[in-house]
Amino acid sequence: MNTILGKSSIGFILLLSITLGENPLKYAKPKLSDYGFFIGNMADHIPRDGVLPYDVSAQLFSDYALKSRFIVLPNDEQLSYKLDGSFDFPRESILIKTFYYPEDFRKPKDNIRLMETRLLIHTPEGWMGFPYVWNEEQTEAILEIAGERMDASFIDQNGGKTKFEYVVPNFNQCKGCHVNQNRMIPIGHKVRLLNHEFDYNDGKMNQLKKWSMLDMIHGLPKLSTLPHTPDYDDPTDGSENERARAWIDINCAHCHRLGSPGETSGLFLNIEETDPTKLGIMKPPVAAGRGAGDRLHTIVPGEPEKSIMIYRMESTDPGIMMPELGRKLVHKEGVELVRKWIKEMK
Amino acid sequence: MKNIQKLFLFLIFPTILFANIEKELQTQFILAAPGDTIIIPEGIHQIRGTLSIEGKENLVIRGMGMNRSILSFSDQDIGAQGISITNCKNIILEKFTVQNSKGDAIKAQYVDGIVFRAVKTEWTGGPKKTNGAYGIYPVQCTNVLIEFSVAIGASDAGIYVGQSNDIIVRHSTAYHNVAGIEIENSFDAMVYANYTYENTGGILVFDLPDLVQKKGGNVHVYHNIVQNNNLDNFAPPGNIVGKVLPGTGIMILAANNVHIYENTIQNNKSIGTGIVSYFITEETINDSLYNPYTADIHVYNNVYEREVGFPTLDYEIGQLMAIKYGRNTPDIIYDGMQDPDVAEGLCIQNNLNAEFTNLDIEHNFEKWYSPFISNFSEDMSNHNCGVPHLSTLK
Repeated sequence: MNTILGKSSIGFILLLSITLGENPLKYAKPKLSDYGFFIGNMADHIPRDGVLPYDVSAQLFSDYALKSRFIVLPNDEQLSYKLDGSFDFPRESILIKTFYYPEDFRKPKDNIRLMETRLLIHTPEGWMGFPYVWNEEQTEAILEIAGERMDASFIDQNGGKTKFEYVVPNFNQCKGCHVNQNRMIPIGHKVRLLNHEFDYNDGKMNQLKKWSMLDMIHGLPKLSTLPHTPDYDDPTDGSENERARAWIDINCAHCHRLGSPGETSGLFLNIEETDPTKLGIMKPPVAAGRGAGDRLHTIVPGEPEKSIMIYRMESTDPGIMMPELGRKLVHKEGVELVRKWIKEMK
Repeated sequence: MKNIQKLFLFLIFPTILFANIEKELQTQFILAAPGDTIIIPEGIHQIRGTLSIEGKENLVIRGMGMNRSILSFSDQDIGAQGISITNCKNIILEKFTVQNSKGDAIKAQYVDGIVFRAVKTEWTGGPKKTNGAYGIYPVQCTNVLIEFSVAIGASDAGIYVGQSNDIIVRHSTAYHNVAGIEIENSFDAMVYANYTYENTGGILVFDLPDLVQKKGGNVHVYHNIVQNNNLDNFAPPGNIVGKVLPGTGIMILAANNVHIYENTIQNNKSIGTGIVSYFITEETINDSLYNPYTADIHVYNNVYEREVGFPTLDYEIGQLMAIKYGRNTPDIIYDGMQDPDVAEGLCIQNNLNAEFTNLDIEHNFEKWYSPFISNFSEDMSNHNCGVPHLSTLK
C-alpha cells in the first residue's frame, strides 16, 4: 500500500503540473472531434465549410503513409503572400494532416487505417504541432503529446507485405523539423509546392487559383509568374535533376539550411542552394560520426556508392539514417532517384 | 477517507500502468514551466527514443547521482541523440548518466545558458567506431558550463563544444574517446583543471572550414593533466578527428589566439603539443572566408614528460618522426605554416623538459628520404615572443 501511495503521489504532482503549469496544452483540445472539422463519420474526412483540402507537389517521405491535408483560416482572414514565396498566416489558422495506410496499395481506397492526425495551430505563442492518435475503432483520435508507437503493416504495389512500427512524433519532435530561426513554421506552405491542380468536389483547379477565388490570399502575384516544384514521383514533371532536388529539398532542407538545426554541418540542401560544396559535392563530413559510413564525402559525382548522402538515406539505424526522425523504412524510390542523379553528375 | 484513497487510486492507477519512465519524462519535458525541476529517479532506465527538451526556460533536470540515475539507450530505435536540447535558455543538467545512445549522448543546440554538472556520458562496450560521435555536445550555444562531468568512449569527442561562445570546461574527466575534449570554432573558452587520459588525443582546439561560425579565439587551456593519450584512433573514416595521431596530448589545428599554459602533459607518445595548419589534413579548402593557418598561439609554463619510445607508426607523420628522431620524439611540434599576415604565429616560453621541432611541411615531405636531409628545425629562438612568462614550475 505504501508503495502504491508513494507512486501515486508522484503521479498526482505530475497531473497537478499539467493543470496548473503554463503549458502548450491550453492551445489544444483533447480529442480531434472537439474541433468539429468533419461532418458525418469523422474517419471519412468529409470537411465542413471552411475546411479546405489541398496537397503539396513534393512530399516528405513518412514510411509510405498517405496523407490528407486541410487548411482552416479564421473567419474572413487571409494568408499574405511573402516575397520568398511563403505566406504569413493569421492567428488561429489550423493545418490538418492525417496519415493513413490502405491495407493493400494496389487498392488504395479500400480498407483504410487512419494512424494519426497532426494539427499545426497558429497560437498567440507561434505555431505548435499536436499529434492525435486514432483509436482502433477509427471513431476518435486522442491527443498524445508524448507521441506513440503502433504496429503497422501494408501490402505494397508488388504484393509484398511490410510490417513495421509506426511512430507518432511527440510535441517537441514536431518542432524539430518545423523550425527556423528558433520559430516553428509550416513546411509545405510555399507557392511552389501548391502551384498545381487539385481535384475538388466541383472539378479540377489550380490550388492557388482556388485559394485566390475564395479570397484566402492577399497579395499573390500573377499565377503564371510563380514557380512549381515537381512531383518527384512523376517522371513527366520536370527533369531528373529537378526531381532529385525536389526530393532532397522536401526531405532534408527543413533541417539542412541556414537557420535550422542541420546548419551545424555546413550542408545546405534547400532547392535554392547553388554552391557545390554547400550542397555536399566533395564536402567532407563535420560531425557525422559513424553516419559517414567509411565514406569521405557527402556527394562524390558519378559515384553514389561513395557518397555519404546515399549511405544515410539507405540506413534505418537511428545513429546513421537521415532524416533522423520520421521514418522506419527506406524510401527505395527516393534512393533510386538521388542515386541516379549522383551517378550522372559530372 | 478510504473512499478518497480509492478515488485517488482510480485516478492515478491508469497513469502508473501505462507510464513508462520514458513517456513520463518526455511528458514532463514538454509541459515544464519556467522554474521547474524535473527529477530523474534512481535506477537504470531503458529509453528507446530521443528525449527532447525544446523551447524551455529556467529548467533543472536532476538525477540522484551520476552513478545512480542512468538513462540507458541500448535499445534505442528512434532519434540519434540520447537527449536533445534545442532553443532553450538557462538549462541545468546534473547528476545523471546517459549510456549507449545510437548517436550523440547529449546534444544542446541554440541554448543560451547550459550547464552540465556531474553528468556522465558513456558507451559501455569500450572504444568502438560504432559508438556515437559526441558525449557532451553543446553546439551553437552561449554561456556553456561543463563541470565535474565525465565522458567515456565517444567515437569523436567526449566533451565537444562547437560554434559556441563563453565557455567553461573544468574539473571534468575524459577517457577512451578519440578526442577527450575538443573546442571547435568557438570563442572565449576556458578549459582548466580537467583530466584527459587514454584518449587518442587529449585536448583539441580546432577551427574548421564550411561552418556557420567561421572561427574561434581566446581559448585558454590551463592546469589540465593530459596523460597517456595513446589509444588507437577508432573514429569512423572520413571524420576530421580521424586524422589525429594516436599519442597526441594537445593539438591546435588552424586556430587563432590560443593559450596553452601550466598543464602537465605526460607520456603522449607522438605529440605532446601540436600546432598545425589545416594544410596538414590535405583536404581541399573551398571556403573563401576560412583561414587555414594557426596564429597567435602561446605555449608556456607547461611540464612535459615522455617515456622513451616510438611515436605511432600508423600515420605518415609518425613514421617520418620516428625516422628522424627515433625513440625520442620532441614534445612540441609545429608544422611551420606561418600565417603570412601575422607577425607572431607561435610563441613558446618556459616549458619544462620541452623539446621542439618545426616540421616545415611546406618544404619537406616531398621525397621518402626527406626526413634524413630535411630541414626540421629544433631552433625555438624564433618563437620566444609574446608577453614574457616567468618560469613558475621549476
